[in-house]
Amino acid sequence: MKREDLYTLLFIAITIGLFPLLAGGQEYYLSLLIFVGINSLITMGLSMLMGYAGQISLGHAAFFGIGAYSSGVLTTKYSFQPLEAFCAGIFLSAIIAFLVGKPTLRLKGHYMAVATLGFGEILFIVFNELSPLTGGPSGLSGIPPLTLFGHPLEGANYLYLVWGLVILLLLFSLNVINSRVGRALRAVHGSELAANAMGVDASRFKLQVFVLSAIYASMAGSLYAHFITFISPSSFSLMFSILLLMMVVVGGTETIWGALLGATLITLLPEYLRGLEDFEVLAYGAILMVVLLFMPQGILEGMRKMLSKKGEGRVGRP
Amino acid sequence: MSQRVLEVQRLQKFFGGLRAIDALDFTVAEGQIKSIIGPNGAGKTTLFNLITGIFPPTGGTLEFKGKMLNDLKPHDIARLGISRTFQTLELFGNMTALENVMIGRHGRTVAGIFRAGLRLPGMRREERGIKEKAFEELHFMGLENRAMMGATSLPLGEQKLLEIARALATEPQLLLLDEPASGLNIRETEKLSETILRIRERGITVMVVEHDMALVMEISDDVLVLNYGKKIAEGLPRDVQRNREVIAAYLGEELTDA
Repeated sequence: MKREDLYTLLFIAITIGLFPLLAGGQEYYLSLLIFVGINSLITMGLSMLMGYAGQISLGHAAFFGIGAYSSGVLTTKYSFQPLEAFCAGIFLSAIIAFLVGKPTLRLKGHYMAVATLGFGEILFIVFNELSPLTGGPSGLSGIPPLTLFGHPLEGANYLYLVWGLVILLLLFSLNVINSRVGRALRAVHGSELAANAMGVDASRFKLQVFVLSAIYASMAGSLYAHFITFISPSSFSLMFSILLLMMVVVGGTETIWGALLGATLITLLPEYLRGLEDFEVLAYGAILMVVLLFMPQGILEGMRKMLSKKGEGRVGRP
Repeated sequence: MSQRVLEVQRLQKFFGGLRAIDALDFTVAEGQIKSIIGPNGAGKTTLFNLITGIFPPTGGTLEFKGKMLNDLKPHDIARLGISRTFQTLELFGNMTALENVMIGRHGRTVAGIFRAGLRLPGMRREERGIKEKAFEELHFMGLENRAMMGATSLPLGEQKLLEIARALATEPQLLLLDEPASGLNIRETEKLSETILRIRERGITVMVVEHDMALVMEISDDVLVLNYGKKIAEGLPRDVQRNREVIAAYLGEELTDA
């Protein structure tokens, strides 16, 4: 792993570690940061899918939903332990991602985007209509909190759990990116023709990354469900899938850090714009437009270019 | 007679009404350097694309060491031991020279997403091996001090050599070079012919598509001449050179039967 990646990871770990002290235990700030962590989990996977496999998913809200409903339904209706439900969600998401990805990733072009769009809509309807299990449009309540050795995880402890998982999966993702697999995916970006001629089976790795990103989203969904203890279909609509894509694009797909930055900014932005009241949506849209107009490769890459005044194209993400 | 590496029978490739390759038969013997020449549009690059599985043949068979290639995908064919370079350079512009060659090791290594993500010991060992072998091939092509440079920031001649290094890293038994000398100056071309001979010394069979006749005549054991997708001559360089049909195809003369 590169040194700057390691330092950034350390910086994040220390910030999260000290945050509850700095926030003086205020629930509001803690929960904001928990949401940032949950969204970061999803965008990390999406960023690998977009930046490395070159695919767009419009269905990640659905995988997020599968995780959330697996946890919600299995714990409230079938008296599963939260950890068991968490794993069941991962398993289910991985299988569904495999079934959706297998046929679509063999095709070139934006078939994946279209297929995941349809898949997301189908699941949205399932969440709404399967009311005996999901509670339908009025939602599912009474989801128990996650427990560790009989103690429910709350407040700062939940923050540590979510961000502990973020950091572990970041490490995993960085390892994948800096390996034979990441290299192969970048080669496909450079020249699919040559990559194939060198023995790279592009569709296989694209599928693996898609399944991985679905697993990340499912984990995020379970953490979400246990945190707010109430879920309803509106949290898993197409709008959320698009919001997730926006986080990745605003942060930048050049590196996985862009996904974290994007998730942080887009999650926090509405909170800071709240004072504008009626103008909130307007300001939100304007900020996004300005970012994408002036930093089309995302904020992270945009800032990097401004700092290193040369502005010459960097070669080869390591 | 040494063993046949490649056996092509009644090979056909039609693009609509265009017969790019038509009823082509030939073989390549192990350890040979076989050149394929012919005027532009004769089907030389199409032939390479058929051998490497970029598109399937319309008819006929392609056999590599007794194995049918017809329905295999490019990445499977690469793993069997056929590698190539491209006429229009196809380097990975988003990677360094070293990383480009490391991709050549892909088919000979196994670490998947799980092993890579957890950095298991076997994967780390494999990664070291990939880097060593890639450096070896860079060294073989004389590019060792270009390792960390962006692949497409190298001068054209070195980019061509880098493509060969990348192809060699796959440990091919058959190497296809598509116009390796185009764009090279005289000195670079001389060095290239030396390099191709050194590649053969490693036991690798080489097929070359090339317009530089001096190079072809110097290095080839065998020459195949194509015109409009058909074989018009095959044999030793000096025989092919004197073949009247070949001269006609190149100079556009009418064949007068006198």
